[in-house]
Parts: sequence; structure tokens; C-alpha cells
Amino acid sequence: MSGGLAISPDRDRGPDLAAWIDACLRGDKRATARLISMVERRDPGASTILERIYPHTGKAYTIGITGPPGAGKSTLVDRLVNEFCKDRFSVGVIAVDPTSPFSGGALLGDRVRMTPGSRGRDCFFRSMSAGDAVGGLGPATQDVARVLEANGRQIVLIETVGVGQSELDVAQATDTVLVVLTPESGDTVQMMKAGLLEIADIFAVNKADRLGADSLALALAGMLDRKPRAAGAWRPPVCTTSASLGNGTRTVYDSIWRHHHHLRDTGELEQRRRSRLEKELRRKVEEELKRVLWDELVQTEKMSAWVEAVRKREVDPQRMARRIVTERLEAKIHRRTRMTRTKKEDHAGD
Amino acid sequence: MTRKVRVVMAKLGLDIHWRGVYLVAQFLKDAGMEVVFLGNQFPEQIAEAALEEDADIVGLSCLSGNHMTLAPKVVRLLREKGLERVKVFMGGVMAPEDAVELERTHGVHKVFLPDTPMETIVSHMYESVGRPRHQP
Repeated sequence: MSGGLAISPDRDRGPDLAAWIDACLRGDKRATARLISMVERRDPGASTILERIYPHTGKAYTIGITGPPGAGKSTLVDRLVNEFCKDRFSVGVIAVDPTSPFSGGALLGDRVRMTPGSRGRDCFFRSMSAGDAVGGLGPATQDVARVLEANGRQIVLIETVGVGQSELDVAQATDTVLVVLTPESGDTVQMMKAGLLEIADIFAVNKADRLGADSLALALAGMLDRKPRAAGAWRPPVCTTSASLGNGTRTVYDSIWRHHHHLRDTGELEQRRRSRLEKELRRKVEEELKRVLWDELVQTEKMSAWVEAVRKREVDPQRMARRIVTERLEAKIHRRTRMTRTKKEDHAGD
Repeated sequence: MTRKVRVVMAKLGLDIHWRGVYLVAQFLKDAGMEVVFLGNQFPEQIAEAALEEDADIVGLSCLSGNHMTLAPKVVRLLREKGLERVKVFMGGVMAPEDAVELERTHGVHKVFLPDTPMETIVSHMYESVGRPRHQP
């Protein structure tokens, strides 16, 4: 163990945590990496971290990159990072890859596409495994993005796992969504289907040096133009790119900025972020309720008796569940009101 | 949630004998580790990746004869970044005396020469970070 901040991974809590957070806010990469790990694995310190850094977040612009496996998401991310860094932005990247449902392990291969030796890039790249989340992101992606922002990253790129048609969490986590497709992605009917294509703010038809790129771009444009749209509303541009050759990536970059300006000028950015926070808050309430329910309210030791009642067909599962929850909630509320009442009476006696 | 062992794996320098590193990476994944695969990288990028990824282990594959120059540099850069807790493992083809020297004087935690059973690599790695093997 060295001096300074080097502490073993399982002992870096308590008073040290504050030092790690301060270091992260000052721009220290090692502290940031460590905090990300803690947030990612929902370490006991995670809630303290998120609480402390929250005031320092909310300003970074977040961009989601999604699309089928092998479409060229990582390669495009690498090019975009270059462009952002050229314009002197500090960039954070979160690249999510799938976790093995069998071993729990993961092979995170997005870093392979990063240009080696691109010195002078002000970029923090973090690979993440999706765990058992099914929406294309990891369970803590949003929180990890906040840690990166607290570290001073002005732009945060979030690359999803390779998705099919309906892993759309990224739309709920980012300001601009870039959907990357390839000439092999399908015909006009595929383009008309619900899901992935509906969340795009920008399309990149990558590997455009291959046959069929133009007809795919045309099919996409057709789909987009058939959609009724209010005057002045954003119409997702379709860019053709060959990310590995660096062709067309500048157009994607410019489109991101155009979309950003559009959102900002129409007030949609604030609106989107607000509704995102509302969704997050609702989700957190549900999580909290679930935790309180199982940890404090429901006496799980009675579970086998309840199951037995259901098994004997004395009561159906739906009614049983309702009975358990209402009974426990009522008991809890009664206890609360009784307690406050006695407190008040105590005060009255003073 | 327990933290999975995170391994940053790279081919050292310009060496293109990829089969071995692919094989090991896949085995580590199957043994429940999170493998951040870098492909070909030089020591600077490997150390930077270990930093950003909060790695427990750096795994280097080298079959091209430059192990005595590049591997010690990785160890040195990790130390400069305050990452002395990161264990450096190596695999590849080299003279056995080089392997001994890397371990004894250059701070490489362990070198695995050809014909090492995969299970040996996995158990060494779990042991080196002092964590029980991940059970799915």
C-alpha cells in the first residue's frame, strides 16, 4: 500500500470516502475510477457519494449511442471523442457490454476500438457490464454518468450493449440518441417497426462503403418523412458513415450539436431532463418502497404459512398479496399516529 | 453486491499472436471475472486503462520477445499512478530465466509459460486479489 489515497478496495469507506469524493471533484482520475466501482456495485458508501456529488451535476450533455451488435458503435464513439476533444471538451465515455448469465463474468471489448496513443485527449473511458439489466444499459449507468460529470466531464457518451429492437433504456438516460445501423440492418418494413428506430434523434448508417447503404438511408428517410411532424419539430437526420475510415463522422458530430441547439432553443432540453428526473424519482420511490416492504414491513418468516394457504386454494395469490400489504401498512400507519399523538400529549404536559 | 474481479488484458506492443490472449480472456470470463480487453497497446495506454477501469489485475500477453523492455515499464507506470495494488500477470513465450527475473526483480506478480493449465491461471488470479471465486 502506498501513501496518499491508496487503500484496499474494501476498506475505503468512512472518513476516507470524503477524501475520495473531494479528489474526484478536483479532477482526479483514480478517485473517480474508485467511486465509479463503488456506485456500480451499490456499495454502502454509494448513497453518500451520490448525495455529495449531486449538486455538481446536471450540466453535462449526454449522448447515447445504440444499435445492433457489430454496427460500429465503439468505432464511432472513438471518432466522436476525437472531435469533442479537438474542440477542447472534457469527455467521459461509458461503454456497456453484456454479462454472461452463466458465469456472471463479462468480456468488455469496447476499448479495443479506441485509437491507441491518442495523447492529449481529455477523456475518461469506463467499461461496464450490463449485469442482469435488460434495457441495454447497466443497472447504475445513470449514477456512473453523474460521477463522471462530477469529475468535470462536460460531455458524456453512453454506449449501450448491442441491442435488438426493444432495449430502449438509453432514450431515458441521455439528451441525444444516436442510432447506428449498417446496410445489413434490414429493408423498409424493418425500418417501419416500433422500438429502436423511434428513439433516434440522429441516424448513422455505418459501413457505408458496403453495398446497400444508400438504399437503407433512403428507406430511413422515407420512414421519417411519412411521419407527421409539427412545423419546426426535429426531423432526425440520416448520416452515412464509414467510422473505421473516418468518413462522415464529422457530419454526425455536427448533427449532435444541431440537435443540442434545437433542444436548447425550443426549451425541449429542460423538458426532457425534467421528465427524466421525474421517471427516476418514481423508480427510486418504487425501489425504496420495495426495500421498506421487504426489510421492515413484511414478516417474511410467515411466508411459508401464506404460501401454504395459497397452495391449499384457500385464497388466491392476488387477494393474499393485497391482504398482506394492506394489513402491514395499516399497522404501520396506526403505530405512527399513536406515537405522534403521545409525543404531542407529552409536549402539552410540559 | 460483491465486486467481480476486474482484469485489464492486453497484447503487449505490436505482438500479433492473438490466439493465446483470446483463449485466456474467454476462460477468465467463464470463471466469473470482468475482462476489459484492450487488444494491442503500449505500456502507457495499458496503465491508463488500468486506472480508468479500476482494475484488480493487468494481464499481459507477449510472444514477440520484447517482454523484458515493455513489461517492467507497465509495472513502473502503474506504480507511478499509485496503482501498486494492481497485480500484473503475464503469459507468453520466453526463456524461463526471463520469467524468473520478471517476477523477482521487475514486480511482475506471476508469469505463466506455455502449457500452464487454465485452472492454474484462474486460481492464481483469485488468490492474488484475496477474493473467493465468484459463484454465479
